[in-house]
Amino acid sequence: MTAPVRTGRLSTLAAALVIARRDFGAILFSRTFIFFLIGPLFPLLVGGLAGGIGQAVQQSADRPVLGLAMQSHDVDAMLAARAALAPRLNGELPEFVVVKRLAPRARFDARAALKTPGLNLAAIASGSPTAPVLTGTGDRIGEWRGPLSLVAAQALGRGPERFPEVTLAGTATSTADRHHGQLSTAQGAQVLLFLLTMMLAGMVLSTLVEEKGNKIIEVLAAAIPMDAVFLGKLFAMLAVSLVGIGTWGLVGLAVRVAHGQALLELAAPAVGWPAFFALFVIYFSMAYLLLGSVFLAIGSLASTVREVQTLSMPVTMLQLLVFFFASYAMARPGSGIELAAQVIPFSSPFAMLARAATDGALWPHLIGIAWQVLCVAVFIRVGAALFRRRVMKSGGAGGKRQRRSLVELLRTARA
Amino acid sequence: MKMDLALPSATPDPNTARPLAIEARGMVKRFDGFTAVDGVDLTVPEGSIYGILGPNGAGKTTTLRMLLGIIDPDAGMRRVLGHERPHEVAHAIGYLPEERGLYPSMKATEAIAFLGALRGLPLAEGRRRGRVLLEEHGLGYAADRQIRQLSKGMAQQVQLLGTLVHEPRLVVFDEPFAGLDALNQGKLERMIRALAGKGVTVIFSTHVIAHAERLCDEVAIIAGGKVPFAGPVDVARDRIPPQVRLETRALDGPWRAALPGDARHEGAFWMFSLPESGIEPLLRALIEGEAGILSLSIERAGLHDAFVAIAGDAAARALEQDEEEPKR
Repeated sequence: MTAPVRTGRLSTLAAALVIARRDFGAILFSRTFIFFLIGPLFPLLVGGLAGGIGQAVQQSADRPVLGLAMQSHDVDAMLAARAALAPRLNGELPEFVVVKRLAPRARFDARAALKTPGLNLAAIASGSPTAPVLTGTGDRIGEWRGPLSLVAAQALGRGPERFPEVTLAGTATSTADRHHGQLSTAQGAQVLLFLLTMMLAGMVLSTLVEEKGNKIIEVLAAAIPMDAVFLGKLFAMLAVSLVGIGTWGLVGLAVRVAHGQALLELAAPAVGWPAFFALFVIYFSMAYLLLGSVFLAIGSLASTVREVQTLSMPVTMLQLLVFFFASYAMARPGSGIELAAQVIPFSSPFAMLARAATDGALWPHLIGIAWQVLCVAVFIRVGAALFRRRVMKSGGAGGKRQRRSLVELLRTARA
Repeated sequence: MKMDLALPSATPDPNTARPLAIEARGMVKRFDGFTAVDGVDLTVPEGSIYGILGPNGAGKTTTLRMLLGIIDPDAGMRRVLGHERPHEVAHAIGYLPEERGLYPSMKATEAIAFLGALRGLPLAEGRRRGRVLLEEHGLGYAADRQIRQLSKGMAQQVQLLGTLVHEPRLVVFDEPFAGLDALNQGKLERMIRALAGKGVTVIFSTHVIAHAERLCDEVAIIAGGKVPFAGPVDVARDRIPPQVRLETRALDGPWRAALPGDARHEGAFWMFSLPESGIEPLLRALIEGEAGILSLSIERAGLHDAFVAIAGDAAARALEQDEEEPKR
């Protein structure tokens, strides 16, 4: 062991790089990263399934079925008339089901028939095409009066003999349409941003707890400044997440190239896709660094997973509120609420991302990013101070001493 | 990586003129009203083996953590290898904490290289040295095994090698013998001597007096957060007069009057502290009084006796309980 290589003092950034490199490698080749990669699929899958089922239920509920109880030739005439009209009215006509073909002058009790078990009808049309009677619940039969009378008229041969062809001249978009689409894009981006930041903040927290469990934190604390540990952990997870986003981006691009269209067609954001992607990455980084620094500071107070869950729950709920706030503000452009959402550090990345989707001006983003960078610097500094002061004191005997008020903790950090 | 190879020369020990690896004055550390360390003074000469001896809870780990810069003292100063901020010389220090731990998924070589990298050693060089060290210590076959696949003892050895991979000038061990079997305790003692032989300063905490007595040039006795004694082991032992063990043929006679006041009869022997006047006047009195000396031995006090005398009975009892604890 007489190698000429000598060791030298590490700067804080170099030390942070040692930690970041270790964490990056460890996470990238772990199951955690696999979960991170497939994580966004779960909400999409659940959302898709829930949406599909909901739509099916909605369609089933919205498709009214009317029973026909008329003389046999009237029934045939009504069915033929509906068949002739239905293609022109694009599903606006209710379905017809024959309840009974009546003998001439036979009486039919529609009210009693509607109560028959298994006969799932919205209403029953009886009488004749000349004088149809619609029996059903009062609030809905009014809606079907028109369609039934149209079908009855057609059945009596009083309908138009032929329908003129209408030439359709569609446009790609309208102003209202584009605005609605951009709002959808903004909403989608906000949801993605929220999911990613929450997932990552939780992951960075669990790696810290694992580290404390492995007892290696004292070795780190003895060798390098705690600020470097904090920074290294924070940026390692950011790098992992950027790899994840890059992977998803490439998959999306590959699907687009292979199929000629994206899986999810979204309206182009106001700043254009390239700038929007760039801003997404920047705002994601800012949102993650803000939240991650809070979570890491929390992690320094906890020594077990249970403590982490207890301590991080209020922050998670707060983040949820911030997300809802930013979503609410998005629908009120130019209002004080939107401005507040853009200024409050935690909601700022969400609000500014939404702005990028709906407003083409780029200069507000320069101000927004500068403000967020400042906030990130302050949060990292305060978080690192808390981390430095508390990380070697929690757990074991120090556990008793960590139940201090937030005011006390902040005082410690400021000292 | 920013390299800063120059280390200022350490302050010389005013008594021996040897440069000091560590100098601490009046270090105090309080945790929420509880004073864990209360005005500790230490001077550790370079190249020495220095023991911090005390029962559990005496403040040993807190003292070491302050010396390493893991925590800052609330009062007092510390200077480590000439620097008041220990992290500035972290590349010249190796530290093995009492609670050992490595990343379970890391391979042994990688773990050693990582510990070296934390101290500024380039990773590639750390890997190379790691393999050499593992081979030298009979663990070459485990070089590519993950830590979780190693036994607890092997993992501890890997961490120990990681503590030394960057060739530090100062090595700090917190309770290094805890959890080791007798064989590995012997190996560690040899390793500590070898380090000191190369001029490396070794400072370790222990609650086992035998290790400190066998290894240390100097000790600090710590109890209740205070250091009632710090200095060479011989000086500590000299705090207690040597013990005389006398066996005589005659059971009684005028010679009995010459025995010191603390003389007590234990079995066939008289036991007492060596009088300040020395052994010669006593010998003369015994011969003239025809005591019939069968045997006489003078034994220098052990570190244990010195510890009892310096730290008090309560601390000594706590130390004995701690020594017994692992055996239960």
